[in-house]
Amino acid sequence: MIGASSIRKEGRAKVLGTAIYTDDKFMPGALHGLTVRSEVPRGILRAIHFGDGIPWEEFTLVTAEDIPGTNLVASVVDDQPFLVGIGQEITHSQQAVLLLAHSDRFLAEKARRAVRLDIEELPAVLDIQSSLDLQPLIYGADNLLKEIRIAKGDPAPVWAQAAHVIEGEYRTGAQEQMYIEPNAMLSVVEPRDGALQVTVWGSLQCPYYVHGALRQLFGLSEKQVRVVAMEMGGAFGGKEDYPSVNGGHAALLAWKSGRPVKLIYDREEDLACTTKRHPSRTRLRTAFDAEGNLLALEADFILDGGAYATLSPVVLSRGAVHAASVYRCPHVRIHARAVATNTPPPGAFRGFGAPQSLFAMERHMDVCARKLGLDAVELRRKNFLRLGDTMATGQVIREDLDLAGIMDRALAAIGYHDKRAAFALTNQEDGPIKRGVGFSVFMHGCGFTGNGESHVASVAGVEGLADGTVAVLAASTEMGQGKNTVFAQIVAEALHLPVELVDTAQVDTDHVPNSGPTVASRSTMMVGRILEDAAIGFKQALVQQGFLAEPYTPESFQTAVAKAVAALGTLRCYGQYHRPPNIQWDDVNYRGDAYPTYSWACYAAEVAVDLDTCEVKVADFAAVQEVGRVVNPTLAAGQIEGGVAQGIGWGLWEEVTMQRGRMINNQMTNYIIPTSVDLPRIQVIFLENAHAGGPGGAKGIGELPMDGPAPAVVNALENALGTLRLDEVPMTPDRLLERCEEVTHG
Amino acid sequence: MADRIDLVLQVNGAEHRVSVHPFARLLDVLREDLRLTGTKEGCGEGECGACTVLLNGRVVNSCLVPAAQAQGAVVVTVEGLAEGERLSSLQAAFLAHNGAQCGFCTPGMLLSATDLINRCPNPSDDQIRDGLAGNLCRCTGYAKILDAVHTAASREASR
Amino acid sequence: MRGYLPDFDVRVPASLAEALALMAQAPGTFTPLAGGTDLMVVYNAGRLKPTCFLDLSRLAELRGIEENATSLRFGALTTFTELRECRAVHQHFPNLVKSARATGALAIQNRGTLAGNIANASPAADTPPSLLAYGAELELVSPRGLRRVAYDQFHLGYKALDLAPDELLARVIVPKPSGRGFHYFRKVGTRQAQAISKTCLAAYARVEEGRLAELRIGLGSVAPTPARARHAEAVLLGQALGSLPVAAAREALLADMSPIDDIRATAHYRSVVTRNLLGQMLRELAHA
Repeated sequence: MIGASSIRKEGRAKVLGTAIYTDDKFMPGALHGLTVRSEVPRGILRAIHFGDGIPWEEFTLVTAEDIPGTNLVASVVDDQPFLVGIGQEITHSQQAVLLLAHSDRFLAEKARRAVRLDIEELPAVLDIQSSLDLQPLIYGADNLLKEIRIAKGDPAPVWAQAAHVIEGEYRTGAQEQMYIEPNAMLSVVEPRDGALQVTVWGSLQCPYYVHGALRQLFGLSEKQVRVVAMEMGGAFGGKEDYPSVNGGHAALLAWKSGRPVKLIYDREEDLACTTKRHPSRTRLRTAFDAEGNLLALEADFILDGGAYATLSPVVLSRGAVHAASVYRCPHVRIHARAVATNTPPPGAFRGFGAPQSLFAMERHMDVCARKLGLDAVELRRKNFLRLGDTMATGQVIREDLDLAGIMDRALAAIGYHDKRAAFALTNQEDGPIKRGVGFSVFMHGCGFTGNGESHVASVAGVEGLADGTVAVLAASTEMGQGKNTVFAQIVAEALHLPVELVDTAQVDTDHVPNSGPTVASRSTMMVGRILEDAAIGFKQALVQQGFLAEPYTPESFQTAVAKAVAALGTLRCYGQYHRPPNIQWDDVNYRGDAYPTYSWACYAAEVAVDLDTCEVKVADFAAVQEVGRVVNPTLAAGQIEGGVAQGIGWGLWEEVTMQRGRMINNQMTNYIIPTSVDLPRIQVIFLENAHAGGPGGAKGIGELPMDGPAPAVVNALENALGTLRLDEVPMTPDRLLERCEEVTHG
Repeated sequence: MADRIDLVLQVNGAEHRVSVHPFARLLDVLREDLRLTGTKEGCGEGECGACTVLLNGRVVNSCLVPAAQAQGAVVVTVEGLAEGERLSSLQAAFLAHNGAQCGFCTPGMLLSATDLINRCPNPSDDQIRDGLAGNLCRCTGYAKILDAVHTAASREASR
Repeated sequence: MRGYLPDFDVRVPASLAEALALMAQAPGTFTPLAGGTDLMVVYNAGRLKPTCFLDLSRLAELRGIEENATSLRFGALTTFTELRECRAVHQHFPNLVKSARATGALAIQNRGTLAGNIANASPAADTPPSLLAYGAELELVSPRGLRRVAYDQFHLGYKALDLAPDELLARVIVPKPSGRGFHYFRKVGTRQAQAISKTCLAAYARVEEGRLAELRIGLGSVAPTPARARHAEAVLLGQALGSLPVAAAREALLADMSPIDDIRATAHYRSVVTRNLLGQMLRELAHA
């Protein structure tokens, strides 16, 4: 039932080691596929040379010229080719040029090394400023992948009158999802009834994205493509849009060879060529009156979008909407741009633009507090959004919002005030360890921005099985977040059944409807809500058709379903997304209800810095969030704990080092994610405030925990070390040393 | 091209004999020759620990062990932890505490935790962290894994 | 996995004598393989140049830890776990325990060996600084007999060892410290566990009548090889604990380091932090 910590549905298989991930699927006769990629960030592909010493006639080879349908990856904007053809432009290092497959995986790798690409190099854009300066022009008319403007009131006259105007520039680096299972695809392409049947099994979040991409790649109808989501070893957004690419590659090899093909990336390749979090640069300008009320905010928010649009328009959108964070501000201008560079395109990573803009604003608030001579807590308290206030897009807060209460709860959990006082004394003593506390207050919009849900028009359903149990029919995928369990709980609650009688059908596009992608913190709230309707409809159908009488027991329900399935063959009931009547969104002017609702949070951190080495230890952490209703407390806590770990990693250690437009620290040894020794126990506190649009009142939580940790930790660093230029993440020890020396050396 | 060797090894209590290249990785012998796909490859560098198995009673990264060095060895993989349908204390605790989210690090994590509890029957949080430092998890933040190990250790201790 | 398996071969000699005979017959043909925790990583990445290996892991002659009155003699194949589990190591060489704990994580420690850690010759290896601090000696064996080399003379340059093509590292001999000893070890890695060293400082000091009678400082990751900090040692040797010339020693340490920018850290970070580690070491020494 909703609110219970039901055991993970697929948990037993996972602890037994019997859960089948893509590379575990035994496919006799499968060829091993590999990808040959450019090491040049920009140029014209002139030729592909096949080296000596390889029996090339044994190989399946696929180039752009082979593609039967359209050589463009179906996405928000269709600008990215699956493979670059001769005479075409290479736009980023690691771009795919040639696919090859062989039954001998060792020979396949030897062959990969024997291919030489002839690329006539062109000047490349490798950073945000060069892109803005059109040095050179590489995309469209102005190197812009997307531009969004949000306007509220009129800040222009405010700057001159305000008591204080404070500016700041903040940067965030790329971040790698580092799912422990690298990207993996398996494909079979067979003739059927005179046509092609393309099947892909893979580690993927969005089966219908891949389905659409394969249709376009091969020029096929809906029924000719089948996508099956295998058990997924983590994703975090890194398997949201990229699977259209490697799924397409695997299918091309399977099609050309007539054999099954496994395309399993090793870690080096996965790190170098798949999507990452967008790097960002944010310039903020804020006006305050003498008491510290926020009067105006101007944000220049820029994302490095890499070589193709991919998801940049949507990431930019979310980042832009979140740029003003949780504050009331009458005059706002947000100018958001995603610029093109000749780097592997970034994509989705938990948070999706919001961590970037929230880092800037939450860091900035602490900087402003210091410059205004106000306490960081009180500066926020007086500016928090409340019921009836409007956000930057004009969205009116229609729920009872107690950000001050959330903040006070987090500060109490970490002993913020006592520690601040204590550390102020102990930090003055000799000794290299300096301690500090800091926090961030933030929100995360649940579901798609604006009209996204209406566009997707999700469908989800419930099916009766022969044994009288019920299965959830949805395209949402399990990546560890607990979707299987939460959906079962929601349906079980709606049907008044024990959760044991509800399970999930395998996510196979042949069998489940398109309930939309598993992204945007939407699955519980949006799809769960549809499943509630579908479940109730299912029960009503049983009653109306005379199989079930109310009231019923679980036993009689099970008997009724078994009988109905025996009599009718199949018994399914679907529900569809209906846009709530009070949600208005103007996509042209970016005004209105950006999200149906938000989850709200305050995260607080205690850090200890060793000035001898500039190593930072997070000694304590509290995560307090209001999430509507908690469907499964244990799973929900797991989401927060894992997200906080990733957020801390992004704040302190995770750096993507680029050289010549490609990641060069593309080994797990050199890209640093936290081990069990690097993290403290995290206090997780949930507050509830039921939201009508979600099942049982639930909002979304998947991405929320990514938004808070980095600014909380960096704010704590300032508390520990005093006024330093702490305007960037990751604040690695090397970077922190530089910032400390900026102060000591003048 | 090296001659294949007759690799004889005991895996999860059962004896196996497979003809393999002497430099083949133990990970690949387990997954491909013996079709025990519970042990995973996450990095090939000995960093992530997803390939952890017990080799002659010690945890090792099976992606770094050449087959020749596993000759005559006693190996335990995740498939060997349960007794038939009965989960080990650790497996049951992982299930109860949500110690497995995506589950990909779980087999290796279970092996390391099994070894830890055998060597250190009543571990503290810090001892557990230390024992599991070679198993990277990206989903859980390690919190529920620590809880699960504590629970399993208490259960084992009270036997 | 990028290693081209068909190219590789590994022979398993039944005895040390057989191993030496094979190496002598065809000098340079065989590369010794112990725990594989360095070589197999390079193999998996498809970058392993040697392809013909001699598996030493079963040679009992190279295993075991022997203790006598004046030293501990470690078989070359002693693993990091064996170091951690040896009571005598805890008693006499706490830095070696710390080195072993700091190497990778348990799965690496169970397989990795002293021989591998030394012979792989990475300047970032974690046991060499401690071996330097303790004045270790190596025993090399070949068909021509035994040869002893002071460990601080063994590294000739980046990845260049005083090791003949027909020689194997057989034993590491570490003299037991006498008198009142002070031990210091600190590795600064990219994170708190399972980390490659950005810098590492190990020291052993013996104090007599309030003065530094003996001092050896071993450095990791700040030079092409593991290095003794002889300039810093020279400034400190013989000085009174109550008035150690800390600033001068930190300054002298600059001559002992030639750090580089690499994927893990900058030369500047390494230089600053290593001097800070020396400072910490001297603070602890003064209070000892």
